[in-house]
Amino acid sequence: MSAHNPQNAKPNAGGASASEWPLWEVFVRSRAGLDHKHCGSLHAPDAPMAIQMAREVYTRRQEGSSVWVVRASDITASDPRDKDMYFDPMEDKVYRHPTFYQLPESVDHM
Amino acid sequence: MTSITLKPSPQVQYVLRLADTALILAQRLSEWCGHAPVLEEDIALTNMSLDLVGQSRALLTHAGQLHAQAGGKAFDEDQLAFWRQERDFLNPTLVELPNTAEEATHRRNRPGDFAFTVLRNLMVAAWLKQAWSHLARSNDPELAAIAGKAVKEARYHQQHNGDWVVRLGDGTDESKARMQRALDRLWPYVPELFEDDDVDEAAAQAGLGPRSSALQEGWEAEVRAVLAQATLQPPEPTPFRSTGRRGIHSEHMGYLLAEMQSLQRAHPGAAW
Repeated sequence: MSAHNPQNAKPNAGGASASEWPLWEVFVRSRAGLDHKHCGSLHAPDAPMAIQMAREVYTRRQEGSSVWVVRASDITASDPRDKDMYFDPMEDKVYRHPTFYQLPESVDHM
Repeated sequence: MTSITLKPSPQVQYVLRLADTALILAQRLSEWCGHAPVLEEDIALTNMSLDLVGQSRALLTHAGQLHAQAGGKAFDEDQLAFWRQERDFLNPTLVELPNTAEEATHRRNRPGDFAFTVLRNLMVAAWLKQAWSHLARSNDPELAAIAGKAVKEARYHQQHNGDWVVRLGDGTDESKARMQRALDRLWPYVPELFEDDDVDEAAAQAGLGPRSSALQEGWEAEVRAVLAQATLQPPEPTPFRSTGRRGIHSEHMGYLLAEMQSLQRAHPGAAW
């Protein structure tokens, strides 16, 4: 995750380019009541401008009613090399799914 | 096919001034498509251009209907956009200036000056926001409906472009100098936005919309607040007055129209 980390670069007075702007991850909520979903990333000089850019780039076809932006450098991600250690042990533990319960008929859509 | 000729009533002229302000700025902003400093802003500028095209389409359609109601010919939005002559366009000169702070009359200034572009966008958005706010109470229900929708777009345009003006004005020495140069270039074209004439008088009397002068106080308060935050200083007023809203344009307008109208004039009725 740390290989691509442009936000450590400070804009210089000579001519800041997009590659020196921080990277932001964008989360859009499509309707009230739904979760914000990750939909992509963009470059912007600061948080308020990142919100505006997210609005421009990711909600121009009425996709959104709310937007979050998070600096990519503030996200801590699991290491892809740990994938088998972290996630594979769950493969054979079907009993963790709540599929063995009998639901009363009055409960719909579980 | 040849150019169309209008016999516009003051009412039609009033609506055309608004329509042409949106249309001509949209055309200028479209020049940024594919050339903005960063991808995100490229999309932002073209989104704004498309918002303005949408506003001008609604207004031109309405102007065409008003023209017919007053006993003139019925023209649609395309005829009004692509078959009118320069003298019949009634936008303030401010919006037709090329995207550059240079005085020199280069025909091409691509991709253009970003400082000039965002400052003009701020000025026009703040002006349109004032106009739309008043027009939402117009006794012309069609115009009031257009205004009610457009005021939201203008608010966002003002916010986004104002934020750039503050960041660049209160930025590096270089960005501040460029913003100040843009302000010096644009400021003399501002008074035209607030000058009343017979068209304004007729619109105000009829309850169609506000006089231009009624927009000044709100505009000044908001734009000067942004300029102060951006540490920019407007230049001293000059006696110069631009006259685009009376159909007398700068030398740049003909080139702009030539580009905007050439396709429809070469292929009349061409559609997507």
